[in-house]
Amino acid sequence: MTLAPPRTRLRGVVGESAPRSDAPPKTQGSFEYASDLARDGMLHGATVRSPHARARIVRIDTSAARAMPGVVAVLTSADLPTDELFGLMRRDQLVLARGEVRYVGEPVALVAAEDTEQARLATKAVKVEYEPLPAVTDPVAALQSGAPQLHSFGNVIEDVRVVHGDPKAKADIVVSGEYEIGMQDQAPLGPEAGLAIPDADGGVTLHIATQWMHEDLGQIAPCLGLPREKVRLVLAGVGGAFGAREDVTLQIHLCLLALATRKPVRMVYGREESFYGHVHRHPARLWYEHGAKRDGTLVYVRATIVLDGGAYASSSPAVVANAACFGAGPYRVPNAVIHAVGAYTDNPPTGAMRGFGAVQSCFAYEAQMDRLAKALGMDPVELRAKNALRDGDEIITSQPVEGSEPVANLIRRCAAMRSPGEPDTSDPAAMPGGVGNITRGEGVRRGTALAAGFKNVCYSHGFDDYSTARVRLVRERGEPVAYVLTAAAEVGQGIVLVCEQIARSVLEVQRVVVETPNTSIDSAGSSSASRQTWMTGGAVLAACREVRTELERRAKARGRALEDFEVADLLDEPIERTVKHRHRPTEARNETTQNHGHVAFLFAAHRATVDVDVETGLVKVVQVATSQDVGKAINPVAVVGQLEGGIAQGLGLAVMEELQLRDGQIRNASFTDYLLPTMLDMPPVVCDIVEHPHRDAPFGAKGVGEPPTISSTPAIVAAIRAATGRELNRVPVRPDDIVFGTVARSGWRVTPGDDPRKAARTE
Amino acid sequence: MPVQVVRHLDEALDALAAMPRAEPIAGGTDLMVEINFGRRRVSDVVAIDRVDELKELRTGREFRVGAGGDTRIRVGGGVTYTQLLTDGAGSVALWEASRTVGSPQIRNAGTIGGNLATSSPAGDTLPVFAALDATVVLRSREGERRVKFGEFMTGPKRNVRRRDELVLAAEWDDAGPAQTFIKVGTRNAMVIAVASLAFVIDAARRRVGIALGSCGPTIIRAADAERFAQGWLEERGWDRPRRPTEAERGELGRLVAAAARPIDDVRGTAAYRRHVLAVIAARAFDRLAVMT
Repeated sequence: MTLAPPRTRLRGVVGESAPRSDAPPKTQGSFEYASDLARDGMLHGATVRSPHARARIVRIDTSAARAMPGVVAVLTSADLPTDELFGLMRRDQLVLARGEVRYVGEPVALVAAEDTEQARLATKAVKVEYEPLPAVTDPVAALQSGAPQLHSFGNVIEDVRVVHGDPKAKADIVVSGEYEIGMQDQAPLGPEAGLAIPDADGGVTLHIATQWMHEDLGQIAPCLGLPREKVRLVLAGVGGAFGAREDVTLQIHLCLLALATRKPVRMVYGREESFYGHVHRHPARLWYEHGAKRDGTLVYVRATIVLDGGAYASSSPAVVANAACFGAGPYRVPNAVIHAVGAYTDNPPTGAMRGFGAVQSCFAYEAQMDRLAKALGMDPVELRAKNALRDGDEIITSQPVEGSEPVANLIRRCAAMRSPGEPDTSDPAAMPGGVGNITRGEGVRRGTALAAGFKNVCYSHGFDDYSTARVRLVRERGEPVAYVLTAAAEVGQGIVLVCEQIARSVLEVQRVVVETPNTSIDSAGSSSASRQTWMTGGAVLAACREVRTELERRAKARGRALEDFEVADLLDEPIERTVKHRHRPTEARNETTQNHGHVAFLFAAHRATVDVDVETGLVKVVQVATSQDVGKAINPVAVVGQLEGGIAQGLGLAVMEELQLRDGQIRNASFTDYLLPTMLDMPPVVCDIVEHPHRDAPFGAKGVGEPPTISSTPAIVAAIRAATGRELNRVPVRPDDIVFGTVARSGWRVTPGDDPRKAARTE
Repeated sequence: MPVQVVRHLDEALDALAAMPRAEPIAGGTDLMVEINFGRRRVSDVVAIDRVDELKELRTGREFRVGAGGDTRIRVGGGVTYTQLLTDGAGSVALWEASRTVGSPQIRNAGTIGGNLATSSPAGDTLPVFAALDATVVLRSREGERRVKFGEFMTGPKRNVRRRDELVLAAEWDDAGPAQTFIKVGTRNAMVIAVASLAFVIDAARRRVGIALGSCGPTIIRAADAERFAQGWLEERGWDRPRRPTEAERGELGRLVAAAARPIDDVRGTAAYRRHVLAVIAARAFDRLAVMT
């Protein structure tokens, strides 16, 4: 055995901006998304949906649809193999509605046909007779006694109270306000899609774009009446998720049709159907009161938050808990009462979306901080920095912050970043109104403002949160190759790269292959809660360390240190290790939510500069600067991508993205009228990536996905306030709000901190 | 859904005459949306995007009609927005309107003939044609009809085109440099107009055209505002540039807003539409008055 030559430098280790392998196929159009899946002889599925927000189903007649050419199967609730319910956190929904429909778009029947057009026409031929019932669409009204009960178990999905310190604390300076959040949609570019293939053993294999295969599996198998092992999931190419793919949408439907027809069945939602098919961000009403000493020290925060959960629970319980837990912001608040309630209504169901409850309350508490600064005559940046959390400080749940950059540093660094130049009035496209040729400077005023926010990483409140990784190190053609398998869903965020770079760094092998996720391995948990880097990155790190330990053992057995060998020389036998990685346990919620319910916190600050045409009410966001503590940037370019993408979504909520509802009907289920920011709306982003490692996270990396979406929205709206002097207590800000100074009013009088079930109507 | 691909105008007109239910498709940026959303079922399609006779674009001085050397502009129905933006539109306002249409991909596909034939009140180029007093040239196997835009569009997605006719071209007299198009939308690009306005001051012909989009069931000519601007120009002289006073701009804006017949819809409120029309009309007046 000769001494090994010095190893060639590894390319693409932790901390480098390694290129992602899916970037060329995605940009060149050759990436196979779930909607591209196909099998010979497959059928096409389609869904019959409720046109009513609330109605009794009198009868369903499928005979005409069944008789149509090409139609192979038509299923209604009468054809379901079990009466099992599904749902992400509460099993409260039938696979197909029976007896009653509770929202516009609720699935009522399924069709499988030989082509998509036949399937679509057959859905129109299914005759469903409804008896419409009065719909409850105001979530505050739904919570009052005497409201029609939408479920046998009442209209309250979740009720979370945070009581910290003295609930009756008094302060010198008090400011209060009412706020409203409209319904945002995740609007992933890839619509819901999948392909189910019946298996010879009576089971089914589902190729599906999802965020969490094992959670899907746990809901699918019981509804099919099959044991778990007969349902196999393979991750198909995911075209964006942002929370919209946390819930089961077409998964069970696809499997039912495949099992009923004994043929592969494909389903792809159209754009309009996608808006009806998945859950949305919770619209919210928030009533806040802040108290402070004359020197600006926060004394208390009291708030009441009502979140509209829509017809079914989805992840509402956790969203409500987040809105409450993080409802005082990244500040030291010795006394707090926050009462958050999620209501069932007849609106479309709401659930997970990037920021998950923290978005709604951040908009309100940051507006309050600005109001407070004004009342105190203080600089709003200094007011924030003065009260900002640092390690050892408790949040309002009594849990101390640890392993974080002091938030005051993020705030001050962000405030000090370079400002954008003066507006170029010669180019209308760069001004408010863009290519509409609105202004060459007429009516334009500039505003700048800052906001900060935070939320948890990973799952909270006692949830058994884990991820599993299998690492196999083999020799192929004389070279070592590491195969990494997890069930973590790559939804565009870059978890494949994270796994690859961690494995390369720990094993010191250049070739790392991240395999297609499937359910042959145990769960990785969801690609949500900014958790995959921490959890699946952590699992891969742990598995790689075990593999490395084995390499060291083999080297030692040959009487030398690992460094003295080429790795390949130690791989006469492959090494395989599987590790189930858990974060430290968290405590379940108690009555006043005073406990260590969370793993760790993610902090960020955003500063927005806007030009507003105050006469037309049109806005051009000129620049967003951000400081975010990411712990460690495993791949800096990917981190910047998350920061910019999250800010784009925050900007969308600030000035344009809203699903408009009337009587439970979505009025703009299209990309023509649900507006997402374009290149001309998205400003340059200046990123300040702060790396303050957390000792429990892999390489200290905390996860980055959500904070960009949390405080960017309030920063942009505060900048518009600075430019216009308008109150703007609602997002998205509409031109009317700027031009006419419209203020959103819920019509309910609520004392902040009180139970919203005892609200009174205002005159 | 059978699609007949034609390469010559005669072929296209024959096909439309032979199949009374056939829909012509050029860029498909309207028709495909309707089909995809299941709002429309189409039995036969005649694809006219390869018909060269529809792609005529004459914006220069080589194309003269009538006496006095007036320049007549002619844009074929098959001309795309991208083509207008690249080769010149023969109208500043039409160029500006074309720039506001959709995304680059939509502008590569969508055509002037399609915008006219669809006749959406939000059709971006339509206020321009109205303000220019353009003529729509329709052609069928029976022959040619020339219709002023004001008589062409009769309501929301309604016009006088017969099913066997194609929009052969739009034509107008060159109105000079003092013209503009402004479009209000809640996104800085790729947005359907909440309100739009075309404003033309044709100093040579002593005429003013002001037309509004997305503010009523059809494109609306703001006749009182046109008269006001015309009177203002008569008084001050058509050839002497000067800025209107704030009061004069305000009065013009008021007259424009008064002409609108807006509704509340998912894209905006009637009150906002009225308000913003007054703002953009005053701005357009201010910009154009000094250009005459």
